Amino acid sequence: MEQIFNLTFLAGLLGAMIRMATPIIFGTMGEIIAERSGVLNLGIEGIMLMGAMTGFLTTLHTGSLWLGVLAAALVGILLSLLMAFLSVILGLSQHVSGLGITLLSTGLAMFIYRLSVGSPVSPPTVKPFSPLAIPLLSNLPVVGKAFFNQYSLVYIAFLLIPIIWVLLFKTSWGLVIRTVGENPLAADTVGINVNLVRTLCLAAGGALMGIGGAFLTLAHQNMFLIEVVGGRGWVCIAMVIFGNWNPIKGAGGALLFGFLDGLQLRLQGIWYKIPFHLFLVIPYLITIIALATMSRRTASPAGLLKPYRREEKG
Amino acid sequence: MRLIMTKRPPLSGWIQVLLPIGAILVTLVLSAIPILFAGGELWLSFYSLFKGALGTRYNLLETFTHAAPLTFTGLAVAFAFRAKFWNIGAEGQLLAGAIAAAWVGINAPPLPAFVLIFLICLAGFLAGGAWATIPAFLKNKLKVDDVVSSLLLNYVMWHIMGFLLFGPMQMPGSSWPRSAAIAQAAHFPVLLSRSRFHLGILLAAIAVLVVWFINSKTELGFQSRAVGANARAAAFGGINVNSVIFKTALISGGLAGMAGVGEVAGIHFHLLMDISPGFGYSGIVIAMLGRLHPVGTALSAFFFSTVIVGAQSMSRMTGVPTYIADVIQAMALLVMLIALLFTEYRIRVVRD
Repeated sequence: MEQIFNLTFLAGLLGAMIRMATPIIFGTMGEIIAERSGVLNLGIEGIMLMGAMTGFLTTLHTGSLWLGVLAAALVGILLSLLMAFLSVILGLSQHVSGLGITLLSTGLAMFIYRLSVGSPVSPPTVKPFSPLAIPLLSNLPVVGKAFFNQYSLVYIAFLLIPIIWVLLFKTSWGLVIRTVGENPLAADTVGINVNLVRTLCLAAGGALMGIGGAFLTLAHQNMFLIEVVGGRGWVCIAMVIFGNWNPIKGAGGALLFGFLDGLQLRLQGIWYKIPFHLFLVIPYLITIIALATMSRRTASPAGLLKPYRREEKG
Repeated sequence: MRLIMTKRPPLSGWIQVLLPIGAILVTLVLSAIPILFAGGELWLSFYSLFKGALGTRYNLLETFTHAAPLTFTGLAVAFAFRAKFWNIGAEGQLLAGAIAAAWVGINAPPLPAFVLIFLICLAGFLAGGAWATIPAFLKNKLKVDDVVSSLLLNYVMWHIMGFLLFGPMQMPGSSWPRSAAIAQAAHFPVLLSRSRFHLGILLAAIAVLVVWFINSKTELGFQSRAVGANARAAAFGGINVNSVIFKTALISGGLAGMAGVGEVAGIHFHLLMDISPGFGYSGIVIAMLGRLHPVGTALSAFFFSTVIVGAQSMSRMTGVPTYIADVIQAMALLVMLIALLFTEYRIRVVRD
């Protein structure tokens, strides 16, 4: 045992934690922006899958990884605008619209992928992002390789956490977003266009969700598989609640998930006689337990789930 | 420019019935977009879809066979949504039911067929029901959002099934994730010759009647509707909301579990990783299109079964990927959602 759980193991585990947390961070940040403005976007699971698929196919055809990321962001925006049309402009149930977006995106992702690549024996692959070592810092023992020799999308994800925190809590835009989410009537009274703010927040969040999906097919792996997102979108929804709609706490939850995901992968290798599905279940199970311990202590934005119609005040 | 929406008086019963039919027609028109995009010839595509699902005796009976699990999951979702218990976990509950049915079917001592079939149904119902009571418990006691917990539990059950099929339940001597065969006596009898039209379809039809009876003739049906309409008012009126949610979850999950029983005992006779191609998620669309009414749910299950079965032959004839069925399902949900809005609101566009 001692030979296994040494410093190399620890460095590998920390690196995996950061990597596995990255798509969750993108998704969680995107969802927090949307929910802070008052819209639960259950389309996230499907949007991430569409991002994964679109990013992959774009890179496969153009050879450019960053074009793939851009395309994933754009498709995330498009799907979120559809979500905004249904849940904000028409004011339909956020639950059902979001599930509809996820079902539509899931169907479309598989449909378009199959149309584009057919059914080859082995799925096509792209040359994925390679790690970008940060000078000096990446030479530090243990943490250097784990934290500072990562994909550029990883650094972007971690930079996003403080940026979105500052945006939401320290700028006037953030105040507008939070007011729209907490008390849309008050926001409307002072001349804020509630539905426009919500639409923009959904779109911005959708871009991040799409990029989170693209990370899975352009960095974490180098191919598109139907189960590539595998419930990570729902994990993001859980992390928003777990983090009490705060980007920093939400990212903490994402890191916890990343840690467990990295750990279970390593345990699969060590205890290879135990069917690996028993390890795969751990992150989901802990997410549910985390929700169970935190849910009573959290409070969602007061305007969440409620469409705003000026004609129906209050 | 903005939309002004004003509540309108409830529309007459006919419109309520015509609405899903209209939504289906609009969806079929919209589905021309992905079909044309995939290079499918339009009329040939629709022709092969309906011919493949309804055109011959065998195909029609296949469509009925496929409608059985969809009816069960649709009923499961509809029954839960009626109480505003957001059970998105029918997929996991289906798997729980399938696992329990397979386990009993493999390990039961020799018993007369009708006893064994009763036992696997009971096991599947209880397993699905028990799995659904977890989100109900978490919602009642710990205020955990039911959407999130029931969704995450789908993945938990999927991996539990993976563990079992690569571990304790794997067929001895096999390296595939597949269980041993269930006892012959546990097979659902085939009701019509030269087809797979099995007992599960009859059970699904009975379930429609039972759910209709519970909804309209029992105290639980009345209470779950009251909780769905306004939980606070229901509690004020003396209804034990937690208990109603719990019972609703048990029945809802049990119905989803029965979908799994039917797939094991009527179709595959083994437990397999791909025992469900997303029946649980289709159940959400089916319940919404059926307006949460059991008969509507059964009809909409039959429609989606037509689309799923027909998509196979459409794909063979025109090369349009079978995933078109998933796209059509999702479009139907969104179209229906918008159609419902028009029944509740009068919508005007005004320029500011």
